[in-house]
Amino acid sequence: MRFPTAAPPHVVVPQTVSKVMRIVIYALLPTIAVHVVFFGPGLLIQSILAIATALATEALALHLRKKSLQQYLTDGTAIVTALLLALCLPPLAPWWLVVSGTAFAILVAKHAFGGVGMNVFNPAMVGYAVLLVSFPAQLLTWLPPDVPELRTEQLSFLQTATTILTGQLPDAFTWDAITSPTPLDALRTNLAMGMTMQEAHASPIFGGFGGRGWEWINLATLIGGIALLALRIIRWQIPVAMLGSLAVCASIMYAIDPGAYAGPVFHLTSGASMLGAFFIATDPVSAATSDRGRLIYASGIGVLTYTIRTWGGYPDGVAFAVLLMNLAVPLIDRYTVPRIYGHAKRP
Amino acid sequence: MVRGSSARGGLRLEAHKERSTRDPIGMAAAPSTAVLPLDQHAGGAAVPIVAVGDTVAIGQPIAEPAADTSAWLHAPISGRIVAIEPRASVTRACAPALSIVIDNDGREMRHSSARAIEDFLSLEPRELREHIGRGGIVGLGGAAFPTLAKLERGAQASAPTLLINGAECEPYISCDAMLMRERPHDVVHGARILMHALQAQECVIALEDDAPRAADALRAAIAQTENGRIRVQVVPTIYPSGGERQLIASVFGREVPFDGLPPDIGILCHNVGTAAATARWVRDGEPLVSRIVTITGDGVARACNLEVRLGTPISQLIAECGGYTPRVERLLMGGTMMGMALSTDEVAVVKATNCIVAASALDLEPRRREMPCIRCGNCAEVCPAFLLPQQLHVYARATDLDGLERYGLMDCIECGCCDYVCPSQIPLVERFREAKPRLATHLLARDNARAARLRFEERTARLQRLEAEQRQRLEEKRRQARRKDA
Repeated sequence: MRFPTAAPPHVVVPQTVSKVMRIVIYALLPTIAVHVVFFGPGLLIQSILAIATALATEALALHLRKKSLQQYLTDGTAIVTALLLALCLPPLAPWWLVVSGTAFAILVAKHAFGGVGMNVFNPAMVGYAVLLVSFPAQLLTWLPPDVPELRTEQLSFLQTATTILTGQLPDAFTWDAITSPTPLDALRTNLAMGMTMQEAHASPIFGGFGGRGWEWINLATLIGGIALLALRIIRWQIPVAMLGSLAVCASIMYAIDPGAYAGPVFHLTSGASMLGAFFIATDPVSAATSDRGRLIYASGIGVLTYTIRTWGGYPDGVAFAVLLMNLAVPLIDRYTVPRIYGHAKRP
Repeated sequence: MVRGSSARGGLRLEAHKERSTRDPIGMAAAPSTAVLPLDQHAGGAAVPIVAVGDTVAIGQPIAEPAADTSAWLHAPISGRIVAIEPRASVTRACAPALSIVIDNDGREMRHSSARAIEDFLSLEPRELREHIGRGGIVGLGGAAFPTLAKLERGAQASAPTLLINGAECEPYISCDAMLMRERPHDVVHGARILMHALQAQECVIALEDDAPRAADALRAAIAQTENGRIRVQVVPTIYPSGGERQLIASVFGREVPFDGLPPDIGILCHNVGTAAATARWVRDGEPLVSRIVTITGDGVARACNLEVRLGTPISQLIAECGGYTPRVERLLMGGTMMGMALSTDEVAVVKATNCIVAASALDLEPRRREMPCIRCGNCAEVCPAFLLPQQLHVYARATDLDGLERYGLMDCIECGCCDYVCPSQIPLVERFREAKPRLATHLLARDNARAARLRFEERTARLQRLEAEQRQRLEEKRRQARRKDA
């Protein structure tokens, strides 16, 4: 009797890239839910716009590169990029911001470098960085969290959609009345104006241990991140090293002058700390690849995030920190090759 | 049990061994025609010492070793040599290999000149090693490396430790577990013979923790010998802990140097099957003419372990096990991780045939469509050689030979762990196997060039030295002449 042949191994895990991406998307759902609770339905509309743009530009790029749409459009990587970018944008940002940022991320940061698996930089962070340097005013226009002390007149879902699509608020609203800086931004501005930490913290946007709303978003992201760890989609090295180095930097400066520097808990629960540690820096394609390399890479992101937040010109530093460390990945990879079995030294 | 720092990586796989270990080891019927490829061991193919038309008896030598690394081959059945010609062989992925073909006369005549040695301690170690070589003994773990060559290499180490490998880590294969369970005395006696042949001081028989009955049987057999230098060590069931280098790391916490062999660190590793075959040859005078083969998989009606004469067609073994089920899809020799897919069952059992898996869709998990590598690093986490397969993949794609060397392509043992866990479904082992010969050629050419340069430099230096000496002598003469003039 004759049989077909095949190269071993004859069994492999039934894991695929699209399954991995689907799990990452599910793990982002707690973050999205808490975000919507505190900042309204804007994120949902931004996400839909981002995903639609990502899929459209991905299809275009695949078509131009003569790649299989069926194979690559369904891999879920574009959707993850879109969601991560949408999470970084102000909920009421005009539509063209999210559309152009996502298009840039997919077309330039991803496909110009060779598509999935080939991107040197994290596409979502490239999209965000381009928007931040091009349209800083729009990106810093955040809403106050929906808590009793800060409650303003709320926009309905329809009003939110209209605002995003037209760039105009409904008649009864003014931008001044409904916007507020993020806690990280407010802290930086207030400290720059000479206030002490206590004075700066008197604003109702600061909560128990972080910024109002933001602390809960970061905790939700932490839960999603722990789920990714438990499901072995990511490894502990990157989140632990990034959050650890951020906390160490914050602790040192806080110990030196608690009146001028925010403490580690505030840093860990503010801005994109958790999102960066569990969902952005862990993008394996643009991260260092060995265990030791990942520790170095993520520690660098933590230090740079703290540095940019504290002394830089931007309120949050995660995006630039990730991009800078992406740049260092080939160097890190070269010097962190593990020792091979039977060899006395590392190559 | 905590594994040493040197034993890392690997996979916990489903064993699939229950079905084939329910019944005791059976005896397969002798084949009506035995086909014996001459290249069924590592090294040079054996050379026939019989001619077509000759009559042979069981255990009679029919081919002799060609070179240092080669092995004897003996007739597994009595009968007439009907052909010495190329036949489809598992040794060449079912392509033809020169084979001796014997027709069975059904008389089961035994060759008379084989001697049984009751007291092997009366032999000099060197004499004993040579005797083992004459039994056609090769490594039965799968590589079929001639045991004599391994013993000679090992005898150069002083006071070595003998490691008997019973860690049968690949799924489906259970022939070693059954051997240890049912014939522990053969294994222990073989270990004692090998210890004497090597002048080994101690012996460790290592097996995995999923074979407790085998461990108990071995312990009982050891207790019955006066030899207190043999012990059983249980290692965790982690694929590929049965790999020689991985097992040494797991048992002794030491690594074999990448450019060396186990004897370099004073350890000699032989499979349990090899030890038992050695015992049967030395004690009973029966050379290696049969072996235990596991026949299993959802594609065969009955799973079992059979003692099979070499040269028996695989189709006959399947028939003895009730034939194929309608679900059969692929025929494997070896396990599902490293086994070779056979294109036909009209090939014969050789010394290296440890297992036949008639696989159905239930046994296989085929690869899905390949995606680009996303550098997730799952492969590096499971690599028992501590390589970075994700980086090797990049260099293999770019044919960057320096990169492949630096990242240790030659240290890859092709266990398939990286392949198994890859979410991008990349056939990594296949790619690495393709790249290896290219890198080997490159390294050889570089070494040759380096040797040539070294030779040239030495020659130049030698010529310069001669010239300088000549000049010095000339000057000396001139000076003496001048002195005379003065």
